[in-house]
Amino acid sequence: MTSDTTTPAVDLTGSRPRLRRERRVRRLFAGAAAVSIVVSLLIVGSLVGEAWTFLRGLDLSSLWTMGWFPRRGLFDVKTVLTGTLLIALVAMVVATPLGLGAAIYLSEYARPRARRWLKPILEVLAGIPSVVLGYFALTWISPNIVMRLSSHAGVFSMAAAGIAVGILVTPLVASVSEDAMRAVPAALREASYGLGAKKATTVTRIVFPAAASGIMASLILGVSRAIGETMVVAMAAGAVGGSLFQWNIFQPGQTMTAAMSALAIGSDQVAGSTSAFQSLFFLGLLLFLMTLGLNLLSDRFVRKVREKY
Amino acid sequence: MGEDQLTDSTTAAGPTIATGEARPAGRGVSVGSALRGTGRPAEPAQNTIFDVRGLRVFYGSFQAVADATMAIREHEITALIGPSGCGKTTVLRCFNRMNDLIDTARVEGTILYHGTDIYGEKVDPVEVRRRIGMVFQKPNPFPKSIYDNIAFGPRIAGYKGNMDDLVEESLTRAALWDEVSDKLKESAYALSGGQQQRLCIARAIATSPDVLLMDEPCSSLDPIATLRIEELMIELKRDYSIIIVTHNMQQAARVSDRTAFFTVDVKQTGMRTGRLVEFDATDAIFTNPREKQTEDYITGRFG
Ligand SMILES: Nc1ncnc2c1ncn2[C@@H]1O[C@H](COP(=O)(O)OP(=O)(O)O)[C@@H](O)[C@H]1O
Ligand SMILES: [Mg+2]
Repeated sequence: MTSDTTTPAVDLTGSRPRLRRERRVRRLFAGAAAVSIVVSLLIVGSLVGEAWTFLRGLDLSSLWTMGWFPRRGLFDVKTVLTGTLLIALVAMVVATPLGLGAAIYLSEYARPRARRWLKPILEVLAGIPSVVLGYFALTWISPNIVMRLSSHAGVFSMAAAGIAVGILVTPLVASVSEDAMRAVPAALREASYGLGAKKATTVTRIVFPAAASGIMASLILGVSRAIGETMVVAMAAGAVGGSLFQWNIFQPGQTMTAAMSALAIGSDQVAGSTSAFQSLFFLGLLLFLMTLGLNLLSDRFVRKVREKY
Repeated sequence: MGEDQLTDSTTAAGPTIATGEARPAGRGVSVGSALRGTGRPAEPAQNTIFDVRGLRVFYGSFQAVADATMAIREHEITALIGPSGCGKTTVLRCFNRMNDLIDTARVEGTILYHGTDIYGEKVDPVEVRRRIGMVFQKPNPFPKSIYDNIAFGPRIAGYKGNMDDLVEESLTRAALWDEVSDKLKESAYALSGGQQQRLCIARAIATSPDVLLMDEPCSSLDPIATLRIEELMIELKRDYSIIIVTHNMQQAARVSDRTAFFTVDVKQTGMRTGRLVEFDATDAIFTNPREKQTEDYITGRFG
């Protein structure tokens, strides 16, 4: 009801062609995102479907027996789970000290010049094809380490495979945890030195705890990678076609991945024989769920680092 | 005083307050009353804590500070002022060998601390830093609880007394206890900027250093928090010697006893080297500077 006169109106509606163009670009990217989601869902869907087919046509007691012998209809889950976890454990026993040690050295101790040539070496190590490491496990790790640790060990053993997988995983652990430690602000280190802390004290009491969630994430990713590793275990763990339940790491053992590759490439001569071949998808589903869980867990840890600074 | 005083692992070597010398309670003369031309206030007899001679600092081949010489006294607040980039932070970080952490930094000249050259061969920078604490420009609490922030220094120094008491005492002295006494176990990151900076001061004094170095401690704080920290500094100088970097001239005038004015000389090569222009009682610097450059800077006619 005021008598104030308003200034002339301004046209704030955008130009139509531009709005239309923006909408089109938006749809293009949404389409690309949708395709990748759909493809992933289809893969998971077929995995679930095939696994279900396998389980339906099966006497469930054959999932808990003396060993993994798909040709004889023995699909003991605990054999492949134990093999997988034992090898992952050996791998992490190797990769944790090596990876974290390398990360601490690179992030806290190495002079810039040393870093400049050490970092690429680490990356080269990460790029070694796992076939090469599998071969290395048989020809070097087995005779020089495993057979010395246990006189009962043969050429093929879970220990040899585990150590090789550990070497494979080390660069991953090192690089992710190094990133986490370098992300710790320099101001925190200065605060620590300013209080008269030594370098070792600063690293262990300030940098390490501040980077803890990132370091945790690196270890979880390492486990996830170790569980998923196929070639090294298929070559060096020993049990290609089947295996009795085995918890002794100096004996051959069967992992989920090695069992799957044996089924897929037919090296156990059962390709095509219905239910045995289908067990591949059942293992694949299990493996997928395990690594998915681990990656989600590591994601949560990483997000915690981001919240902090 | 042996050459190896700072190489002891004990923290026994405290400040050497000569007996019989009464320290004045505060600054003898206020800024206003010193407007008496040449009549400089008589300087109280006090011990020199840092004798800086021919200090030069380089970052690689770049010379950041040229040839500074000054005597810093015990139980005073010494302010380092000057335009941005003149090397105030660089000089301050020389006093506790913080520049050791920068690969390219090189320090020449001597800094005698209670008569011992802190850049001497046998000196352990860790021992230096246990006696000479530092508060940084940006508050930098650890991502730990308030309690653990304070306890960190004493713990690594092997403090044997009652930690709870020490934490309370340090926070009280930093004028923060009343605000945090009921949330000592909470993260230091939950505090406001001003509170975090007082926490950092409390953390620095918890190790009972001899000297406190403060690099623009109020630059990220609001006026009220700034005032509290200034009050705190005046309170603390009874027990500590304080060197403060500030770009706020009013602050230097309000709190400090002596002021060092630095400027930047631009060489023909484009190298910008900081130089100590004048070092004197704060009253003198602000009311009757000897150098024209100082006067121009103080009065805002800078250049
Ligand atoms: N770590 C460093 N490496 C190289 N040059 C530096 C470094 N720190 C400071 N400088 C340079 O030294 C000079 C003085 O810097 P500084 O001491 O931070 O000045 P102020 O605190 O007075 O602003 C500046 O020219 C700055 O660019
Ligand atoms: Mg500065």
